[in-house]
Amino acid sequence: MNNKPKIGVYVCHCGINIAKTVDVEAVSEFASRLPNVKVARNYSYMCSDPGQLLIREDIKNEGLNRVVVASCSPRMHEMTFRKTLAETGLNPYYLEMANIREHCSWVHEDREEATEKAKKLVFSAVAKARLLEPLYENEVEVEPATLVIGGGIAGIQAALDIADAGFKVYLVEKTPSVGGRMSQLDKTFPTLDCSACILTPKMVDVASHPNIELLAYSEVEEISGYVGNFEVKVRKKARYVDVNKCTGCGVCSEECRLAGRIPSEFNAGMGNRAAIYLPFPQAVPAKYTIDPERCLMLTRGKCGKGPKCEAACAAGAIDFNQKDEIVECKVGAIIVATGFDVFDAAKKPEYGYNDYDNVITALELERLVSASGPTGGNIVLGKGEDAFVPQEVAFISCVGSRDKSVGNEYCSRVCCMYTAKLAHLVKEKLPEANVRVYYMDVRAFGKGFEEFYDRVRREGVRYIRGNPSEIFKRGDKLVIKAEDTLRSTPIEDEVDLVVLAVGLEPRRDARQIIDLLRLSQSADRFYLEAHPKLAPVNTATDGVFLAGCSQGPKDIPDTVAQAKGAASSALVLLSSGKVKIGAQISFVNEATCRGCGYCVEICPYGAIELVTVNRMGNMVQVARVNEALCKGCGACSAGCLSGSIQQKSFMDRQILPQIAVLGGVK
Amino acid sequence: MNTETQSFIQKYDLLGCVQCGRCTGGCPEAMRTGLNPRRVVYDALEGNVPDELAKLPEIWDCTTCNTCAARCPKGLKPVDVLIGLRNILVESGVLQPTVRDALESAFREGNPWDKPRATRGDWMKGLDVSIAEPGEKVENLIFVCCTICYDPKVQVIAKNLVKILNKAGVDYGFIGDDETCCASEVYNLGEVGEEGLFEMMVEDNTELLNSYEATRIVAISPHCYSALKNQYPNLKADVIHYTHLVKELLEEGKLELTGELPKKIVFHDPCYLGKQNNVYDEPRYILSRIPGAEIVEFERSKERSLCCEGGGGKMWTESDSKEERLAETRVKDARALGAEILAVACPFCVLTLDDALKAKGFEEEMRVAEILEILGDLIKE
Ligand SMILES: Cc1cc2nc3c(=O)[nH]c(=O)nc-3n(C[C@H](O)[C@H](O)[C@H](O)COP(=O)(O)OP(=O)(O)OC[C@H]3O[C@@H](n4cnc5c(N)ncnc54)[C@H](O)[C@@H]3O)c2cc1C
Ligand code: SF4
Ligand code: SF4
Ligand code: SF4
Ligand code: SF4
Repeated sequence: MNNKPKIGVYVCHCGINIAKTVDVEAVSEFASRLPNVKVARNYSYMCSDPGQLLIREDIKNEGLNRVVVASCSPRMHEMTFRKTLAETGLNPYYLEMANIREHCSWVHEDREEATEKAKKLVFSAVAKARLLEPLYENEVEVEPATLVIGGGIAGIQAALDIADAGFKVYLVEKTPSVGGRMSQLDKTFPTLDCSACILTPKMVDVASHPNIELLAYSEVEEISGYVGNFEVKVRKKARYVDVNKCTGCGVCSEECRLAGRIPSEFNAGMGNRAAIYLPFPQAVPAKYTIDPERCLMLTRGKCGKGPKCEAACAAGAIDFNQKDEIVECKVGAIIVATGFDVFDAAKKPEYGYNDYDNVITALELERLVSASGPTGGNIVLGKGEDAFVPQEVAFISCVGSRDKSVGNEYCSRVCCMYTAKLAHLVKEKLPEANVRVYYMDVRAFGKGFEEFYDRVRREGVRYIRGNPSEIFKRGDKLVIKAEDTLRSTPIEDEVDLVVLAVGLEPRRDARQIIDLLRLSQSADRFYLEAHPKLAPVNTATDGVFLAGCSQGPKDIPDTVAQAKGAASSALVLLSSGKVKIGAQISFVNEATCRGCGYCVEICPYGAIELVTVNRMGNMVQVARVNEALCKGCGACSAGCLSGSIQQKSFMDRQILPQIAVLGGVK
Repeated sequence: MNTETQSFIQKYDLLGCVQCGRCTGGCPEAMRTGLNPRRVVYDALEGNVPDELAKLPEIWDCTTCNTCAARCPKGLKPVDVLIGLRNILVESGVLQPTVRDALESAFREGNPWDKPRATRGDWMKGLDVSIAEPGEKVENLIFVCCTICYDPKVQVIAKNLVKILNKAGVDYGFIGDDETCCASEVYNLGEVGEEGLFEMMVEDNTELLNSYEATRIVAISPHCYSALKNQYPNLKADVIHYTHLVKELLEEGKLELTGELPKKIVFHDPCYLGKQNNVYDEPRYILSRIPGAEIVEFERSKERSLCCEGGGGKMWTESDSKEERLAETRVKDARALGAEILAVACPFCVLTLDDALKAKGFEEEMRVAEILEILGDLIKE
């Protein structure tokens, strides 16, 4: 059918949004005289039910086979009108929209000129509508499983929600245990819940959930495929301990020749561990791991007269011959929950973090005040004879945040509150200590935060408005040079302990995931969400979602909320079981494609690959588009020098006439 | 608000300030004078820049050490704001006579010391010095500095450099009497702006320096180094400090230090080398190569170094402050460390610290010495 185009044009008033500036009557009258236009009408709200009914009636009664709606941006209602067409049995891609609101009435004042422009826009839409072709959407099945990368609170929460909904989860955690930063914290603001008490039950659930396969001490090595059908390779690093035999008794660690000689990552360097270790007592899985970079046996092939760990292990779990294992899985969705790193305080040398042992970061203080920490929760600095309990304690806020000089312009969102929390804990443990917080602004924006800040001040924590400029030692005191800005007075404050409220930064290995998943970064270098307001857990890659601090600094409540959001987005995909693949995607004319691979480079979604085909007896390379990955952005066709890659609905022969009407090239 | 105030606010991005106080907290002058760079930035938003702020006496207390700008989290440069205020005064002609004389001398004689242009190269008399010719290729074009040229107390710096260059067989050339002040202190005294003396001198100097086919320009004073490197956008050659060159010579084995200097040496970071240009390691490397010497560090060193108050036009202005001078604090700290030599890499630092040393009466146990001065005795002719 459809041989001869019969076009209906519908000019929308959008209340007065359009009609105020554009003479809609004149535009529809103009349209009615354009070639191939069968009917042209104007109506107050085309998107309303009666508006859509107009179109449906005309398709039925007038035999229309193309529709042009002149209204708002296609981002608003293209889908609405496509459905309208589909309801009558007409292929929905026989629709063309002319944007006479955002592109015309909203940006112009002169009614006459705006009307002329609207006519042109309608004319060009009609020019293209004549050349439209029917398109068909495809569907692919969704693999009912999810990969969660990162086992912090974000990854744990997302994994549990998806698993509880009945779908399989592969949870990949880089370090020997799940838990992330939250496991390092003592109490949590503003409620002062014990961090371990609320986190460890979830860690245990993750390990025992029948739908979760926990791949700890593992890293994702390769991801291919597309939404609904990702193929993943995970490297399970050798622990050199047979997890099936290890009982977690810890005798090996006590016996290790290097016991107490390796800085413990978990204790942020405030305590030491052995070469064979459990990061912390409640680690999940509770299996020991040998650090291959430190262990004498693994680095030098020799550990004294023989590995003491092996001799000590009654279960015979030590296995120096263990190899990395590659685990392959298929998933329909991926959640990235890789978290953050704390700002490296050495990048602000004026604070002397590298020079003075009693200038520490907040994370280090978390370990000091924690009952499971190296001092059993006592705030003691220095070792042996030098050990002392600080009397004068100062916190410095915004270290590495809101600071152009270190390239971090953003606010880290949690430091103000964790400072208040830690100040409170210091006061609680050392009631005689004088505690002050140097700040430039206090941001207590969350539920219960301002109340907590009030409480901490009333407990006697002094807030001094001024961000310190430098720290140096005078005798055995640290001197903080600052200005009390409320008094306009420069001061030198002598203290025993300085705690730097270090900000949150993208992980230093963030590139790894970017390269695996082609994620983008926002200006702050965190992973970029698809839309800051309306798609905060999505990414530009379909089927890949973000949760937690990998997307930006967040406290635990926000992290958990976002993780639940990411889980629900993944579940939408998994439970529908199918994904639609866009119709307006690119295709290659293999007869003219020169196989230069230029489009392969250009495509931001990695949708194109070069394949070898037999072209009349010659084996040649040509581009091929993976329809599931193509987003129809058109970048490839704009770049192709031979015009061999074209995007459906936007082919050269469709859009050039459209442009010509607007005064462009013929 | 008048338009002058408005454009002043824009030029220095004063609205970007969050009033954190880091500038004032780090300002070495804030504790001993009325200078409060944060307040200046704040007051300029509401106040009247030309009539009120520019007349604050404390704007002349700034040493241009750059701590404020280095610490500012929002990318402001309070030090430039202060120079902008000085500029308003300079343009209105209300100036301390000493400042006016220095600027006039810079204009007339190409140096701020009121010395005749024609005697600039007199320090070279009797030395075997290679002079560069315009148009000729030279690897290292040496830029001496007005203070070193004319002040007999610090001429030894240049003289010893000649000795080192000859000894190490370096391809070099001096400029001679044509050399003209780098204008760093002219800038600091506020003679800037569209018709300013600073811009004029930069233009003339650029033409002069570009007339040589030099690969790089080696500045002896950190003040010239910083100006040439950061304020001369059109120079053809790279700009380095002499400590870069000497380190290179030592590393490549072209220069040997012989003899012994069994002394405790502490290095004072000149602001124009350290805080302004992040050159911390080169001078330390050179000192570490001195046979027999024990190198110690100030508590406040490198990024946390304390200014000696030599820059910022302080040579020509007097402060009302009754507080201890920072150079005095510095020599006291050096003595507390048991240092016998307070080493510096800047002629201004030599002058201020040596004065302070004498004022404190420490001459017996300690001396102030420029690195090149120290090296002089360790090189066999
Ligand atoms: C000092 C300090 C105190 C704080 N106090 C509080 C508080 O009191 N209350 C509060 O609400 N919030 C607090 N926070 C914030 C809190 O730590 C975060 O909100 C929370 O940890 C974010 O969780 P996450 O899962 O997004 O990231 P993380 O905790 O960083 O977890 C990320 C996990 O992913 C893993 N991972 C990373 N990369 C990979 C990879 N490529 N492959 C596999 N795994 C990977 C990591 O090993 C880690 O286990 C504090 C933060 C700090 C720094
Ligand atoms: S082999 Fe030696 S160093 Fe390695 S974990 Fe065992 S005891 Fe420790
Ligand atoms: S249209 Fe965009 S997404 Fe599709 S293949 Fe071309 S460049 Fe890739
Ligand atoms: S340059 Fe130095 S002396 Fe001048 S205001 Fe800044 S910190 Fe103070
Ligand atoms: S350091 Fe910068 S932001 Fe802070 S008060 Fe000074 S000028 Fe303002």
